[in-house]
Amino acid sequence: MTDTPIRIVLAKIGFDGHDRGLRMVARILRDAGFEVIYLGLRQTTENVVAVVEQEDADAVGLSMHNAQHLTLAPKMVKSLRSAGLDVPVILGGVVPDQDIAPLLEAGVAVILGPGTSAEDVVRSVREAVTSRS
Amino acid sequence: MKRDSSTPVELFDAAITGHRHAIGRLLSLVEQGGASADAVSALTHEKSGAAMVIGITGPPGSGKSSLLSQLLKEVVAAGFRPAVIAVDPSSPLTGGAILGDRVRIDATDTATFIRSIATRGHSGGLALAVPGAVRVLDAVGFNPIIIETVGVGQVEVDVTASADTTIVVANPGTGDAVQANKAGLLEVADIFVVNKSDLPGSDDARRDLELMLDLSHMTGQEDSTGRRPPIIMANSLEGSGAAELWAAVVEHGEHLVATNQLSARRAKRQLAELRSRVSDALMDALDSELASKHGADIVVALSDRRITPTEASSQIISRVIRTDERPARPRGPQV
Repeated sequence: MTDTPIRIVLAKIGFDGHDRGLRMVARILRDAGFEVIYLGLRQTTENVVAVVEQEDADAVGLSMHNAQHLTLAPKMVKSLRSAGLDVPVILGGVVPDQDIAPLLEAGVAVILGPGTSAEDVVRSVREAVTSRS
Repeated sequence: MKRDSSTPVELFDAAITGHRHAIGRLLSLVEQGGASADAVSALTHEKSGAAMVIGITGPPGSGKSSLLSQLLKEVVAAGFRPAVIAVDPSSPLTGGAILGDRVRIDATDTATFIRSIATRGHSGGLALAVPGAVRVLDAVGFNPIIIETVGVGQVEVDVTASADTTIVVANPGTGDAVQANKAGLLEVADIFVVNKSDLPGSDDARRDLELMLDLSHMTGQEDSTGRRPPIIMANSLEGSGAAELWAAVVEHGEHLVATNQLSARRAKRQLAELRSRVSDALMDALDSELASKHGADIVVALSDRRITPTEASSQIISRVIRTDERPARPRGPQV
């Protein structure tokens, strides 16, 4: 029996229609052997928590292009923790430099901005997952 | 860490109280196979059997997930607590998968349990994982359990076709009456859906299916009770057809009970799982025998043409299946 693939939920939370980046990340992770549970646009944190539980996912990847990251990414972390789920939240999209420190402080595991290479995406997700197991 | 150390028993105790993540963890154990999957089977086997199992299959992009989303609303409105097993293919090259069925399923109702399962490539894996997952969801109280698979690949078709009720989704413009009479997917349907019925050609698609069913009647290939699968026109954009589909599912369930076919179908399903399980174990034994020194010698002898293929296989079989003794370890040959 080979190793069980890492399972990651990919979603965009709230009112945000820019899913091209997330679809690209989905493909990058698929090609690296991940099982990607793709939720896509207009999700709620409650729904993502339910999906992580049902799918027994190892990580959550959020993509944000609506300038709501300072509100919604910490809310996502908090919702997962209060459901007893210690899975890393990986944030991608447009995040200004000055917001990175407070987001990491709030429990976001990794922030992958524009220009991140496919290799870095794969390595960061893998490290974020394995550092917890 | 996320991979908690709860035992299958602890997980099952939490799962029957409705703990979503415990159910999710049990399903992961089933997917992994091996000893932990066996432990979960042992816990759930006796407690399962109450749920109706519905299979929904059809070509990629035929609208199965969108239709399912509409169907789930009907199922929930009728007072049921459904669960879904959505199977999507793993890449044979990288082992990765994009499990995208949830995108189409309107999941504002988080009481419906949905699990995405990747085929994970290994032979027989899916054929064991899906019945195992059905058992878990059944044992913790979901009913009905709906399995969604792409109608390509023998194993995918088999796991769906072994449901109590199998729905096959077709579309307009995917072939004529000759296509409809080719062997395969269409033969396993208890209910047909012509989905995307707003598209041109949907009446033709319906007619071709009707003609195909007419021929099944004439050649005696229809259901032994003479039941003719209904054809339902559906359009997920409007939600039309979903109520008719649910009514047809209920009608088929009643038909199975009235004609004593339900237990026969379920026995057939158990048999299929048993076959997969045994063939999986035998394949493991074969692989380790071929990897052994003895196996390698036989392969060399065969390549050098010192023994015939028949002799080679007899020698291997006699070591994989030892009829003269009870194997000490059923999962592999003695060394």
